[in-house]
Amino acid sequence: MNKPLTRPNTYRSGPDAAGKFGGFGGRYVAETLMPLILEVEQAYNAAKADPTFDAEWRRLLTHYVGRPSPLWYAERVTEHLRAEAAPGMGAKVYFKRDELNHTGAHKINAVLGQILLAKRMGKKRIIAETGAGQHGVATATACALFNLPCTVFMGATDVARQQPNVFRMKLLGAEVVAVESGAATLKDAMNEALRHWVANVEDTYYCIGTVAGPHPYPVMVRDFQSVIGSETRAQMIEAEGRLPDVLVAAIGGGSNAMGLFHPFLDDADVRMLGVEAGGHGVDTVTGHAASLTGGRPGVLHGNRTYLLQDEHGQILEGHSISAGLDYPGVGPEHAWLHELGRVEYVNATDDEALAAFQLCSRLEGIIPALEPAHALAHVIKVAPTLPESTLIVMNMCGRGDKDIFTVARLLGEEF
Amino acid sequence: MSATATESRPVAATGSRIAARFAALRAEGRGALIPFLEAYDPDRATSMEILRGMPGAGADLIEIGVPFTDPMADGPIIQLAGQRGLKAGATLGGTLEMVREFRAGDSETPVILMGYLNPVLSYGAERFVADAAAVGVDGLIVVDMPPEEAEVLAPHAQAAGLDIIRLVAPTTDAARLPVVLNASSGFVYYVAITGITGTRSADPEALEAAIPRIRAHTDLPICIGFGVRTPEQAGHAARVSDGAVVASALIETMSRTLDGEGRATPGTAQAMLDQVRALAAAVRGAR
Ligand SMILES: Cc1ncc(COP(=O)(O)O)c(C=O)c1O
Repeated sequence: MNKPLTRPNTYRSGPDAAGKFGGFGGRYVAETLMPLILEVEQAYNAAKADPTFDAEWRRLLTHYVGRPSPLWYAERVTEHLRAEAAPGMGAKVYFKRDELNHTGAHKINAVLGQILLAKRMGKKRIIAETGAGQHGVATATACALFNLPCTVFMGATDVARQQPNVFRMKLLGAEVVAVESGAATLKDAMNEALRHWVANVEDTYYCIGTVAGPHPYPVMVRDFQSVIGSETRAQMIEAEGRLPDVLVAAIGGGSNAMGLFHPFLDDADVRMLGVEAGGHGVDTVTGHAASLTGGRPGVLHGNRTYLLQDEHGQILEGHSISAGLDYPGVGPEHAWLHELGRVEYVNATDDEALAAFQLCSRLEGIIPALEPAHALAHVIKVAPTLPESTLIVMNMCGRGDKDIFTVARLLGEEF
Repeated sequence: MSATATESRPVAATGSRIAARFAALRAEGRGALIPFLEAYDPDRATSMEILRGMPGAGADLIEIGVPFTDPMADGPIIQLAGQRGLKAGATLGGTLEMVREFRAGDSETPVILMGYLNPVLSYGAERFVADAAAVGVDGLIVVDMPPEEAEVLAPHAQAAGLDIIRLVAPTTDAARLPVVLNASSGFVYYVAITGITGTRSADPEALEAAIPRIRAHTDLPICIGFGVRTPEQAGHAARVSDGAVVASALIETMSRTLDGEGRATPGTAQAMLDQVRALAAAVRGAR
């Protein structure tokens, strides 16, 4: 595999026809799935070229999801961080409020696009994998709306730590399958969803929850999530008369981050920070889920990307306080942007995320999901080092309702 | 990337044990039995005993599974076999060592490794292919490496004289079939079911329709796997094609002999080899 040696004149033209971003991405699937992957790609290309498809998706975003989501100047967080910064320092912090979307996270943006695609393809059933349960809830929601049977694969460990979302999915009419294999988390749920798909290719559409998996999923999910960045661009120009200086987003598989970053990739002055889950610390062997910081390239779940793996190429389990971030891989476009140096990938630990979770709740009256709490943890580190005139946008990609039980337990509260 | 798919490839690597074995079977007028074992399952010594015993029990070719943490195309039986293998210390390098030891006593039975791409990439594709050829591996099945992604491995394999055996599935349509076949050598592995290993049985009528469809496009031997479980099914598969691959049914039998901790008992290797014998009898009596 060739590493990209030269910088492209645009960062926004990928992937190539083979689904590659530099040497990353591709279609590493068993032959049984290959014809289906090609069918999804054809159908997506046709849908993209059809204005009625876009119009229907945007109608749903406006009237069902509640888009555009606001761009909120987080004044109290900004003031709090300035209070500890040197004079003249302390960037101005904005939140892109995708936690206000129907179902409470950014996942619904790409789910609605994919369910419309599945309808176009004549598929009769939907399957999905989920970690935190947000993607599962979003998929179950769209399936209720479109009257499609829905099966969600979820690691048994995650079923136990995300009970409220499991119940939500059931209320919405979905079947939740607890996956016992491996460490019974997101990676294993995705294995099981792929296995189920192989056995049910005729009538089933697999709705993937992040910018990973075989081509065309990484590009398709990115395209749908890019609504986040496009809105942010327009909203920031309206609020401040210019583009933001720094974008910050949490990285699980990388969909909320790709959605925020992609429309800005060719704006050379916009700095981008992807925050991986540092867990107990990236210097531990399996105590984190920072694939770009602590992993190396390999092939899993249909794409070549950075993976947490041992020296023999066996995949390691990631750890994070957040069930939505403990995936041992990352979307291939992030792997490419990482090697090019266009996006900086950093990390925040469980403890830092937990502290940010509480701070945000008290200062802004917004209980964030544990995933964006990682992004906020990094904002807390960098904002005080930047001049007051610097504009930061952090993707508040989910609300914390699903996490209050986990956090309560960690804080020693009993219900 | 797609260039590899359309380039013409030799029918089998020159001097290949695989080609020689299929030619001999054709002369005998029968199909092949290809039993499967997972490396290091349940431990290295037992899997070595099974591997060594297979030719004597009637294996015409042998497929060795290389354990991987995330076997996307495998059902619960082979998933568990892989987990036991990994727990027993299986690595790709260790699997090659098993083949080297096997070759010291058997220079004729073709050995095919079946596994997933990531351990191969981690080992280094070029180095792996060279080492595999050196220890006496004859062919590779890399489940998650379709022809479109084969560039990383196929040229090295071809140079080293290793066959890349490809899966053809019921979902492989007429437009795609030549792409897959042109990127295959050694033999073609027809996946008898739309699904993962060990979950359903193949439908005999569907096989009788599918094999001639593939035959029309290739001179390579065609073998049937995924869903071949009983001696009757193996006999039928070997009759309508050129061979039957049996995996999950053998591993299921073997795993029933394990103790509560998943460890081998004195009868473990024998149980699996007895079943190979029964399958071989059915395949040999099939024509
Ligand atoms: C609120 C929220 N943010 C982030 C993620 C991580 O996914 P991604 O990196 O694809 O945005 C999840 C996944 O479950 C999530 O629920």
